[in-house]
This record gives sequence, C-alpha cells and structure tokens, in this order.
Amino acid sequence: MLRRLVLVLILGLLPPGVAHAILEIQITQGVSTAVPVAVVPFAWQVQGPPPATDVAAVISADLTRSGRFKAIPDSSMLEKPTQAADIHFTNWRILGVNDLVIGRIKPAGAGNYQVEFQLFNVYTGQQLLGLAVLTTPGALRWTAHKISDLIYQKLTGQRGAFATRIAYVEVSGKGGLDHHYDLVVADSDGYNPQTVFSSNEPIMSPAWSPDGKYLAYVSFESGLPAIYMQNIYTGKRERLSDRPGLNSAPAFSPDGRRLALVLSSSPGNPDIYVMDLASRTLRRITTSAAIDTEPAWSPDGQSLYFTSDRGGSPQIYKVSLSGGTPQRITFDGSYNARASVAPDGQTLVMVHRENGRLHIAVMNLNSGALLTLTDGDLDKSPSFAPNGSMIIYEASYGGRGVLAEVSVDGQVRERLSESQSGVSVHAPVWGPFLSQ
Amino acid sequence: MKTLRYGSVMLALGLFVAGCAKTVKPVPAPPAVTTPPASTAPTTTTAAAPPQTTLSPLDDPNNILYQKTVYFDFDKSNIKPEYLDLLTAHAKYLMAHPEARARIEGYTDERGTWEYNIALGDRRAQSVRRFLLFQGVNPNQLSTVSYGEAHAVCHEHDEACWHLNRRAVLVYLTQ
Repeated sequence: MLRRLVLVLILGLLPPGVAHAILEIQITQGVSTAVPVAVVPFAWQVQGPPPATDVAAVISADLTRSGRFKAIPDSSMLEKPTQAADIHFTNWRILGVNDLVIGRIKPAGAGNYQVEFQLFNVYTGQQLLGLAVLTTPGALRWTAHKISDLIYQKLTGQRGAFATRIAYVEVSGKGGLDHHYDLVVADSDGYNPQTVFSSNEPIMSPAWSPDGKYLAYVSFESGLPAIYMQNIYTGKRERLSDRPGLNSAPAFSPDGRRLALVLSSSPGNPDIYVMDLASRTLRRITTSAAIDTEPAWSPDGQSLYFTSDRGGSPQIYKVSLSGGTPQRITFDGSYNARASVAPDGQTLVMVHRENGRLHIAVMNLNSGALLTLTDGDLDKSPSFAPNGSMIIYEASYGGRGVLAEVSVDGQVRERLSESQSGVSVHAPVWGPFLSQ
Repeated sequence: MKTLRYGSVMLALGLFVAGCAKTVKPVPAPPAVTTPPASTAPTTTTAAAPPQTTLSPLDDPNNILYQKTVYFDFDKSNIKPEYLDLLTAHAKYLMAHPEARARIEGYTDERGTWEYNIALGDRRAQSVRRFLLFQGVNPNQLSTVSYGEAHAVCHEHDEACWHLNRRAVLVYLTQ
C-alpha cells in the first residue's frame, strides 16, 4: 500500500474570467533535454458532467511550458489508470516516460471537490508524492497550477511558479480616440484575464508589490502622467506622484516599503528617486544631467540598477542607496536598457539592441558575460518569474505586441499569443509567489 | 480648435480572491468602455458660401503655422535645421498672442523600451520648448508632455513609419 500524505488546502476562489480572449501556448523553440512525463486524465467521480477545466491538461501544459519537461499527449498513452493499483509501469517505460501523474476528482460536500493526485517514478515504481487538495469548481484551474507547482518542486528541487499571476497592459484600437487601455491581471499562463483598470489614455509600467496585492503603474488619465498604486483585490487606488514633468517607471522595493520612480529633477532631466511609502517623502538618487530611468531593485534592497545615457548611449548602471558613484554594468552593444534582477541576484535581464532590433538578453553579474535569449525585432519589458526559471516579455508578432516567455538559459521560448485581433499586449510583469 | 482630450477613466474593481481568503466576491460585469461621442458633424456643402470668417493662421493650410510637427532622427532630440523656420514662426505667433497657450507633446518610435522612450520623448519636447523660450516666448505659455511610443500616428514597422512617429507636436490649447 502506498503511503499518501493528505494536505488540505482551501484554495483561492478565482472568479470566472470576464469576456476575454484566451491566450494560447505555442512552443517556438523546443529543447531535447526536456524530461518526458505523463499526466493521465484525472478520473471524474462527481455527479454530473465533468467541468470545462481539464486538470491533467493544465498540469501537462504547465510542465511543458517550463521547458524542463515534455508531457506526452493522451493519444500516446497505452493505458489511462486513475488508481495506483491499475498502473502497469512497463506500459510507461516503453514510452520512455520518466514520471507519471494520476489523479481523481471527488465530491467533498457543499459542492466542493477533492482533487487527489499521485506522482510516480516510472523506473522504480515508487510514489514520489501523493496529495489531496480541497477546492471548489471555480478554482479548479488554480488548483491544477498548485499541483503543477508541487510536482515541479518534487522533480526539480526548485519551487514552481505556475500558481502565480502576471499583469500587463492591453491596447486596443490604433491611433485617435478609439484607443483604449486596459490594465490586466491574469494567471501565469495567461488564463483568467481580469481588467483592473481602464482608460482611454495610456497606461504604462505596471509593477507588483512584493505581497502581490498592489500594482503601481503610470496613467495618463488626467492628460499628464501620474503614478498610482492600486489594491487589485479591492480596486482601491491612490495617486502617489503627479509632479511636473515625468512620473515614470515605478518599482517597489523588495520589502514593499519604498518605491523607486523617475521624476524630472528639472525640465528635461529625468532622475531616479526613492519614495518612502509611509511618509511619501522623496529622496533623489541620481544627479546626472543625462536620462536616468528604469530603476530596478537588487534583491537585498541595498542598490538600484538603472538605465542611463550619461556615457553617450543607454547602458545599465548600478548605484548603492548608501551613496557612492554609479557604476556602469553593461558594455556590450550600444543599447542596453530596462534591467531587472533575478531573484538570486546573480543575473540581470535587459533589453539589448543589435542592428536596430531589440532582443532580450541576460547578463551574468559575476562574469559580465551577456547571453542573448531572443531573436525578435521588438522584444521588450522582460520580467523574471519569482523562481527565476523563466522570463516573460513583450514580443512583436503579426505587428502586435504579444506575451512571450523564454527560459533563463534561452533553450525554450514560447508565445502566449492572443487570438483577438486589433489588441496589442505590452509591459508584462510577473507577480511574486503567493503565500499559502 | 479644441484639442484637449480627456480620457474617460473607468475604474474597474477587479475583485480577486486569492490565497486563503474564504469569501468570494462577485466579479462585476466587464467595464463598459466609454468612448467620447464621435464627432458626427455633417460636412455639408452648400451652394451659397458661408460668410467669410477670419481663419486663424494656425488653421490656414497656406500658412506655415498650419504645420505643427517637427521630426527627429533615431535616438536624437536635437532640432533639425529644416524646422528652424517653422519653430521661429510659432515663436513669433506665441509672442504676438500672449494669451495663446501651447502644449508640446514629445513622441518616439517603437524601437526602444517604453520607459526610456518616455524620457526620450520628454527630451524632444524640451528641445522644442527650449528653442521657443530662446526666441523669447514666455514660459507660462508653454507646457510639455511625453507620451513616448504611445499614440503612434503610423503603425507599420519600417523606417517611413518610424520617422513619422519620432516627433514633437505643438498643440494650441483653447482657453
């Protein structure tokens, strides 16, 4: 008899998404080192028709999207067991599958579900993980992401980041007054998009608070740029900055108590400032007459990376908040901008221009080596997943901005492309791990 | 000429319930998109010409002041020589009409990051502002805003389009 741990989680109830296009996952560059796994369709043991969410399919897509695994299609499976006793491991060994996931969805009273799943190593026949998760019909997809997180962590040793959220700006209409901007929060795979703020004037530069409850962003709703902070759960928002000139590029400090932002220290001179969110006091960080913008916090909260053209072309610099001269970080190429630091502080991701085209590149902060990860024309706004394994960014596809992801080693790249025409997606930013 | 645009802003209360929250709040209906009423003023042509009103030089296609946009080179914010006459004419107009107010809007093409482009668009707007101030325009008559790469006027991905988007525009404001 296999031992089974029982973990009961009351999972967040995600309300059904508003009418929105569903984003599709497309692998644009595969990787041969992906480990083959199989997620067998879960047994449906509840009265009534099965739900629209196919839990096994969501887990398969999550694992495949990570680039670390490749889930085999249902059609290749020689058997579809839903109980441990029904598994014939030889049927999986001959398919070359390393790991197998089976599961069942049962009624749990009051209309709730219990989702049970087990993870096996096909070669040893050993159960690696066995859990039961209490959930509700509306939260089934989120539950699938949580299960993906647990499986990913068991198999890689690294925390999964599937049950996380992203935010981005959606622009519809082209030019004139038919422009419309939506600030959208969605699951990390692009599903469940929820508009949290709309305007007919530009919305830019969304940034997550470290607790995942707030977004700071720039809105031109008054005709001039201002920085707002909004609680995404209550909708309550407040204006943090609407000073003369620029109000740009907000970035929460890792402890969530400060906000780095860009203001005009004098007309035409953008500089980095840090605002203490409790007192709203501002401290000026950069003093050059050049463009200084796009502040990004180091994970320890002690310094800021930023873009400056003080050396003649936009490059990444680093400044300590305790004082000192900014240090130039990038030297490769004539345009390196909008840096963001990996959670471990060892890697910088940025927009790197080559031959007039914008690519996403990472830099090893220890060696200084730069690695270009993407080959698009207009790849922008890179943002690390909270586990540092993937980077979400804005790519240009069919003349529109679309969401794309690339693994931090550049081996796997995929597009979360919208099927809705006339809509452009910009400035994606990956939210933090959500507690639970 | 009414050019001030006010975007109607809808605050959609996105209600998310995450983590260990136990109550589910209903999601409101998708936010209605309010668009400004389309200007449907019919353009009728009548046989009898309407009485001639004085056309503002700003609205006269035959006047240099009709042109209100200057263009920039890639990654640059310096005023190119071909626009000096145009901007000088606007400076003279502003000095002759101290009640006139103009907003200088700076824009960029799409080949840069959103935030850097905001700074670059600001620099272009400031270049125009500085030129006008140098000519003697009262600073109180001028304001600036940078939209960066937003509100592009051309949407192809080629140099012809990029050129049209790398601009600063003088927008005269109604009192």
